[in-house]
Amino acid sequence: MSGTHSDEPSVLQHHFDNLGQQFEASSLGMWLFLVTEILFFGGLFTAYMVYRLTYPEAFAEASHHLNIVLGGTNTAVLIGSSLTMVMAVYAAQQGARNRQVLFLVLTMVLGLVFLGVKSVEYSHKFAEGLVPGPNFRFEGDAIHAQLFFSLYFVMTGLHALHMIVGIGIMAVLTVFAWRGRYTRRYHTPVEVSGLYWHFVDIVWIFLFPLLYLIDRHGAGG
Amino acid sequence: MLNNVTDPAVEDGATEREPHLVPLRVYFSVFAALMVLTALTVFAATKDLGAFNTVVALAIACMKAVLVVLYFMHVRYSTKLTWAVVAGGFFWLLLLLLMTLSDYITRGPGWLHFG
Amino acid sequence: MDTAATPHSNYLTDGYGLKSWLLTRDHKRIGLLYLFSVTSFFVLGALFAAVIRAELLTPAGDLVASDTYNRLFTMHGVVMVFFFLIPAIPSVLGNFLVPIMIGAKDLAFPRLNLLSWYLYTFGGMFTLWALVNGGVDTGWTFYTPYSSAFSNSSVALVIVGIFINGFSSILTGLNFIVTIHKMRAPGMTWFRMPLFVWAHYATGLIMVLGTPVIAITLVMVAAERLLHLGIFDPKLGGDPVLFQHLFWFYSHPAVYIMILPAMGVMSELVAAFSRKAIFGYKFVAFSSLAIAALGFLVWGHHMFVSSESVYSAMAFSLLSFLVAIPSAVKVFNWSATMYKGSISFEAPMLYVFGFIGLFMIGGMTGLFLAAIAVDVHVTDTYFVVAHFHYIMVGASIMMFMGGIHFWWPKIFGKLYNEFWAKVAAATIFLGFNLTFFPQFIVGYLGMPRRYHAYPPEFQLWNILSTAGATVLAVGYAMPAFYLLHSLFKGKPAPSNPWGAKGLEWETTSPPPTHNFDTPPVVTEPPYNYAK
Repeated sequence: MSGTHSDEPSVLQHHFDNLGQQFEASSLGMWLFLVTEILFFGGLFTAYMVYRLTYPEAFAEASHHLNIVLGGTNTAVLIGSSLTMVMAVYAAQQGARNRQVLFLVLTMVLGLVFLGVKSVEYSHKFAEGLVPGPNFRFEGDAIHAQLFFSLYFVMTGLHALHMIVGIGIMAVLTVFAWRGRYTRRYHTPVEVSGLYWHFVDIVWIFLFPLLYLIDRHGAGG
Repeated sequence: MLNNVTDPAVEDGATEREPHLVPLRVYFSVFAALMVLTALTVFAATKDLGAFNTVVALAIACMKAVLVVLYFMHVRYSTKLTWAVVAGGFFWLLLLLLMTLSDYITRGPGWLHFG
Repeated sequence: MDTAATPHSNYLTDGYGLKSWLLTRDHKRIGLLYLFSVTSFFVLGALFAAVIRAELLTPAGDLVASDTYNRLFTMHGVVMVFFFLIPAIPSVLGNFLVPIMIGAKDLAFPRLNLLSWYLYTFGGMFTLWALVNGGVDTGWTFYTPYSSAFSNSSVALVIVGIFINGFSSILTGLNFIVTIHKMRAPGMTWFRMPLFVWAHYATGLIMVLGTPVIAITLVMVAAERLLHLGIFDPKLGGDPVLFQHLFWFYSHPAVYIMILPAMGVMSELVAAFSRKAIFGYKFVAFSSLAIAALGFLVWGHHMFVSSESVYSAMAFSLLSFLVAIPSAVKVFNWSATMYKGSISFEAPMLYVFGFIGLFMIGGMTGLFLAAIAVDVHVTDTYFVVAHFHYIMVGASIMMFMGGIHFWWPKIFGKLYNEFWAKVAAATIFLGFNLTFFPQFIVGYLGMPRRYHAYPPEFQLWNILSTAGATVLAVGYAMPAFYLLHSLFKGKPAPSNPWGAKGLEWETTSPPPTHNFDTPPVVTEPPYNYAK
């Protein structure tokens, strides 16, 4: 079901003059929101930077307890989900309903895979006693390793929270796409949500090497 | 019709929505590049490059991010305003990181050491 | 075009009942929702100040216990900074006026605008809950490790309140930026926009770039308190000064969020009451952007004595001197505007005169503080307290009052009593100076801030300050009476009671829901007063 001109009045909001203006405003709005997210995660990266530079050995030791296979897999999964996301947008740009739905669902599935792997990782950390707090146990510089794991949990936890929100957004988009709401003329929500999804991917692109790949050339690799 | 009057709704962008279709092969190439770079970063981490390990890791991450921003997020095909917003956001993060760092690296012995 | 009576249909009459207000998407109604909320929080913050000043009448800490005093000044700061000063002008006047001034029908995202108000209110509820629970005693600056590990007050509740409120601020800023980029009327080029709009654009940039950092910092403190994840905990090798870096990265630019909109109001009032175009329009416009940008580079001047490196301190000190320059540029341009202008002395203009002198004193004492050697002596004394109150109260709140008076006829379609407005302005000016000038003196003499007991030789200055606070309170209370009175008994206002230039004066008072009966087309330069 492709878009018809009779759809347009219902998607043009009354305070905009035309769809072009509305799209540009929505896009700029989402980009500005992503800038806030850059600075939001940025505070955590600042803390991470300061402490890693201050306690490099402890951070390296602690990082060796993270599983590169799971982390690397998750990186590939997210990159794949970004691909399925651009395919969803591409389908929306062409007004192709079924393909839109397919790729949105695939994106969600990959996102859920990511979260699944993450929960496996977290459960390992719980089991190994690597959650900061009274039950933390660590062979080596336990004091500064707790700093690493505090940051690990806050950074990946916040990232996972953003993933969950992203999957929720994809679910809503899927429903609307199934109903034929997104056409060649109007598919702004898909594009704009795609921007959000890619941003969450970019955060992980930095988290993975910073958290998982410290000093992997020694015995711990 | 309107002399010497510019319509900001037009000057800043489109009145209609003609979506720019990026060729699929671009998307697939970027995807492949991202996967290769991921493998590369894992590989590089297993080599002892001293202080350069971190530099290489961050450089590869930045390359991946740039690819996602330019192609998946369409910034390559977007307005100058979008470029400015993206650049501004990352630049501001850099300000936060570098000016905070300027305190720690000038505190003297007992604080930061690299490598 | 004058209308003798309030027009038949306008945004105030377009729908009655609570739902039409609580579910509105009209930026003008949302501005009024904010007016109600920020005024309520102002009264609350002022009550805390009243108790503080009452305590400080005598050298002994005898009115309240030390712990209570800590909670009083903390809650005063939290309420005034986050729930009054940051939102006041942007969310009330900015929301109302920015779309009209650029000829738009509304902001770019009306529903996000309403969400902003709900987030603000929701955040405020958490803060009130914390208050009922006994309040917080960490100072509004929440320094760690006291706030993260040792304080047993309701830190988490207040943190959540400020966090939620932060998103209100972010959405407001985002809305302004997109609106100004994308929704200007035909002919409204960037350099034809009122300087009020430029000021809010720059403010929006700060809101978007800075607020997220304090948000994540508060998340880290909350994580430390609730989940025992030690990020600022010295026992784990954490650095409390890192908290300060992250906190002040936002909180310094936050003070520019508090002053830039006030400077925007200044430009409008100076032009209107000198009946002259702003001198050096482009300089004033760009100085707003310069303040926004440079304001992000100076935060370390709050940490000169906190053990940040002395080299870093020197860099921050130099940058702090530089950030004074664009502010000075504005003051020069406003003065040049008034020179040979046709000046009249209505109440808004009295607030303008108040602002100019008080902002200069506040700004220049900022330079004293930016000099590291001086700061070592006066930091954490009443000198600093006086400095920031001169800017925040003497300048920022003066312009909130000035702006409310100037645009009152436009917003409500009623004229207020000019005589009592002048009396209130004069009372506020007198009360303000009596309250805060003695604080420069007593601070320089060594009285520390955040203490409720002090050496007896400081008592005279404290008595003067408390007397001033009483006068100031009377001054602030007066508008409540004559402004409210005008709503019921005031004369109907014409479209342009001041004879001012600007698109808001070309529509009716109050404006119709869609702001303009016919969408404007702009062909004139801004402030196009006849020579």
